[in-house]
Amino acid sequence: MAEAAYVRGLAIPQREARPAPRHSPVVRITHWITVASFFCLVISGVAILLAHPRLYWGETGARGGPSLIDLPLPFVLDVPIRGPGRYLHFLSAWISLFTGLIYVVSGLFTSHFRRHLLPARSDLSWKQIRHVILNHLRFKRPSKEEALTYNLLQRFTYLLVIFVLFPLMFWTGLAMSPAVTSVFPAIVTVFGGQQSARTIHFFAACFLILFLVIHIVMVCLAGFTARVRAMITGRIAATKERI
Amino acid sequence: MSEFITRRKLITTGLAAAAGLAGLDGAARIADRYGFLAPDHSGLFGAGEALTYGTQRILMAHHSLAREFNRSEISKITPVNGEPPKTDSYQRLLAGGFADWRLKVDGLVARPSTFSLAELKRLPSRSQITHQACEEGWSFIAEWSGVPLSYVLNLVGVRPKAKWVVFFAFDDAWDSIDMPEAFHPQTLLVLGMNGQELPTRHGAPLRVRVPRQLGQKSKKYLSSITVTDTVKNIGKGWGAIDPEEGYSWYMGI
Repeated sequence: MAEAAYVRGLAIPQREARPAPRHSPVVRITHWITVASFFCLVISGVAILLAHPRLYWGETGARGGPSLIDLPLPFVLDVPIRGPGRYLHFLSAWISLFTGLIYVVSGLFTSHFRRHLLPARSDLSWKQIRHVILNHLRFKRPSKEEALTYNLLQRFTYLLVIFVLFPLMFWTGLAMSPAVTSVFPAIVTVFGGQQSARTIHFFAACFLILFLVIHIVMVCLAGFTARVRAMITGRIAATKERI
Repeated sequence: MSEFITRRKLITTGLAAAAGLAGLDGAARIADRYGFLAPDHSGLFGAGEALTYGTQRILMAHHSLAREFNRSEISKITPVNGEPPKTDSYQRLLAGGFADWRLKVDGLVARPSTFSLAELKRLPSRSQITHQACEEGWSFIAEWSGVPLSYVLNLVGVRPKAKWVVFFAFDDAWDSIDMPEAFHPQTLLVLGMNGQELPTRHGAPLRVRVPRQLGQKSKKYLSSITVTDTVKNIGKGWGAIDPEEGYSWYMGI
């Protein structure tokens, strides 16, 4: 009992001194695991794609037949990168899936999505939306107050990445598996075929890479060191930004 | 004080790591016992491979059927990878219309047997129109007909100890499938394609079709089939020639 009181006594001034972390430990840890696994998914995905950089629509497609898009990339068949690429792709996909599940479940329980990512009703006016878009177009750096929370565009983008693009990647990936579609045929027929799923997998990956590029540019514009420090330690530089 | 904590931390971490490894080892043993462990599960990528194969084995526990298609969906273009074997033995059989070809079936079976092409053609046959995707990315739909592998396995009488069915081919390829896949109704010993004799480039005289896995698993130019309880003594022991070239053994993807 005495110990508890002692600890509690200590904890109060400490809590006052240190504000709540900008990012919770779960967000920080899952963020960096996702960074690593996404990097592995992209390089192994490119290795797999280079074996046949042609995209089709429907169930089937092959050289000699019509394609949807011929990507301006070489056919790389004689370099043994696809096999290891596939091993790496699926290992990273599993890691990314478990990480994503932990993030989403914890986000639901801690109200992370509701508090940080769902736009407030008051922000959903055209005036607000225009304001945020114009600020972005002018590359206006956020004010100290604004930097502590996500703006409307950020919220939309993160929600799109977390609840649309990543699930779509898993879905279309599984839709290419003849074993999985033997159990759940609807997951591939809904796209119109295995090659359609492959094509959507490719474009969803392109959107995720586009997101990554913009994300990094925005982090640089908003102050690379401070942002990255916040995502690693959870703290923002208290002396510089808060006072 | 700090040294004490460091040592205690060290011991705790060590114990946790040991427990973790023992747990993994135990999990691997249990998975292996129930047939959830791929032959190439060891190594850097083993965890991913084990998770994929194990999960899909559980999902497919009720022997789900690969999707089948209408005749109108059969592809006009049916590409292949690789050329027919150039070896003398294969070329001689090809020249003779495979009259002297025999399929040997041995291993953990009650009645090791050989089958001629004519004998295989007299066995009950089944046709199916399925999708075949190459691991490279292209795919086609074709009608395959032949004898269900399960029928031949029942003829020779598989012993209860059996865990894998291994295929050997004239082009030095070899591969294996597990017993649920071997006894799956769509796993065929293919003699015909799109209503014709199996074309040479598609694996004549006999290929296997495993439609719940990528095309690479459907090995061509078969010469013999062995039923076994371990693949450790074949090649590098990874269940197929493909893992030796960097590909995974399990191709359900």
